[in-house]
Amino acid sequence: MSAAAEAIRPPRDGTLGRLSDFLWRRPGLFLLLMLTPPLLWLGIIYVGSLFALLLQSFFSIDEFSGLIRHEFTLKTYAELLRPSNFDIIVRTVSMAAVVTLAAGVIALPIAYYAARYARGRWKAAFYLAVMLPLWSSYLVKVYAWKLILAKEGILNWLFAKLHLTWALEALLAIPVIGGNSLSVSYIGTFLVFVYVWLPFMILPMQAALERVPGNLIEASADLGAGTGQTFRHVVFPLALPGIIAGSIFTFSLTLGDYIIPQIVGSSRLFIGQAVYAHQGTAGNIPLAAAFTVVPIVIMGFYLWVAKRQGAFDAL
Amino acid sequence: MTAAVLFQNVSRHFGRIRAVDGVDLEVAAGEFFAMLGPSGSGKTTCLRLIAGFEQPDTGHIEIFGETAEGIPPYRRNVNTVFQDYALFPHLSVLDNVAYGLRMRGIDKAARRREAAEALALVKLPDYGGRRPAQLSGGQRQRVALARAIVNKPRVLLLDEPLGALDLKLREQMQEELKALQQALGITFVFVTHDQGEALSMADRVAVFNEGRIVQVGAPAEIYRRPRTRFVADFVGSSNVLPPEFTERHGGGRRWSSLRPEAIVIATAAPEGSGPGSLAATVLATYYHGATTRIVAEAEMTRLNVLVPASAGLLRPGDRVWLTWQPDDLHAMEDHA
Repeated sequence: MSAAAEAIRPPRDGTLGRLSDFLWRRPGLFLLLMLTPPLLWLGIIYVGSLFALLLQSFFSIDEFSGLIRHEFTLKTYAELLRPSNFDIIVRTVSMAAVVTLAAGVIALPIAYYAARYARGRWKAAFYLAVMLPLWSSYLVKVYAWKLILAKEGILNWLFAKLHLTWALEALLAIPVIGGNSLSVSYIGTFLVFVYVWLPFMILPMQAALERVPGNLIEASADLGAGTGQTFRHVVFPLALPGIIAGSIFTFSLTLGDYIIPQIVGSSRLFIGQAVYAHQGTAGNIPLAAAFTVVPIVIMGFYLWVAKRQGAFDAL
Repeated sequence: MTAAVLFQNVSRHFGRIRAVDGVDLEVAAGEFFAMLGPSGSGKTTCLRLIAGFEQPDTGHIEIFGETAEGIPPYRRNVNTVFQDYALFPHLSVLDNVAYGLRMRGIDKAARRREAAEALALVKLPDYGGRRPAQLSGGQRQRVALARAIVNKPRVLLLDEPLGALDLKLREQMQEELKALQQALGITFVFVTHDQGEALSMADRVAVFNEGRIVQVGAPAEIYRRPRTRFVADFVGSSNVLPPEFTERHGGGRRWSSLRPEAIVIATAAPEGSGPGSLAATVLATYYHGATTRIVAEAEMTRLNVLVPASAGLLRPGDRVWLTWQPDDLHAMEDHA
């Protein structure tokens, strides 16, 4: 030991050192300083604009002049429920539900493998494989899918080579979801949606499954539960919050998307396309706003039901 | 009589690590059997082999005469109390306890009744409606116990179940576990690294080291007659003495053990110093309440001596004489 160290060290040099001491003594102030900018952003720009949008939906448009009448009315919502508009809502919600279900079914084994078995290099490979599609342009991917699904595309060629063209034709002959080719059918839209949103289902699911302690799975087996029983009674309930989180992503992303159904699919509108058309060319901001409210209400309802079913009890 | 658990030359290796290495083991039915050893000695892997979480690489395992290799855990009538309890956080205490019965398809009313009885048995009768997160460590431990015994397993495995409890609670649970085992008549296999726990609770103890069983026997036998230096070191605070020392004091040329409480300490030279008497210097004393541990040095060897606290006070540097009965100097298998 050389010179005895002092019991209290001198304050650090400069303003930053003094500021550090000062903020350490007033943690409340520190929190306030830290949170004010993001809260302003969130409060004014995010929630505020959403509120303004909501407000718009209670106005209406004058059918003769095309001008917005700034008076409270439910007329726009009545318009929303007209068959032609209501069809758009039903179409979009059904598509979102089916896409979510399919993404869940595909994601679960992958997420389960990644969470419970993959280690080291395989885990890195998993993350890369899941994230890589997210790094490339969304438009490029969607157009690539259009080419894949087109009548002259690689999928048709593959079916022909395998002498399975009849199966593809049978699939496309199904009313409503079928069509001239995959690229102009709901099946095509569905495939592209599932492809594009799948990572958003896998990642939260994998995180949730990873949090299920391995010894609970052992305990379940120890108590006489077979593999299926363990999944049903232990793994699934504990991973449910993550599965719900993933489904919120895929569901709401599908509800709001307006590019995929425009490029791949029949020309019938989805909510996103309707919003795009009404606020743009048609200039009907109130109806566009009312359309935007629909996904918000649906998601709120979905979360409410999920909570009532006890989906978040394990959190 | 058929053994509750039988291991024949069982090995389980993880890569280059020989977790269990050629173990032979026989646990009698209705016995309270402890597996004692330091961490990494293979005792937990042995437990997991009985439970079915691990499969042996080589060797043969029987549970009550039936071959256990290749049988998944859920088909074994064996239950485990896990080290960290492994209670299901999303289920109530009652549903946790009833889980095994539910998996066997027992109807709701019956399994609730049996689960409530099991909870009463572990003295938590009114806790069925709570969540595991709302319980203390000791209470969780009892729930884990109830969850296992409600299934009436042929063998109950306990993996360091008391490790996370504080001393007072641990002593209480030791008594209760012992009483429970006697009341239920179930074979208990208990893994611990606490030698006091193993000696006080078990009918027989197996001491593990480096994937092998070093010694199996009744607690008194293990404590008084350790077979090797490792056992003497690990079980209790015995003095482990080198071959030269043993030879000088009437034993063969072998390592020997001498229990600290077998040594009598005196401040005056005993009459006629024969074998088993030794002049020593006190190095340090440690007060333990009921006893005092004295560290003394004689013939370049350090010896621990345990005396009742009421004995006269000694100070470092005091000259003392140590005596013991000749057969308390126990020669072990380790040669020079």
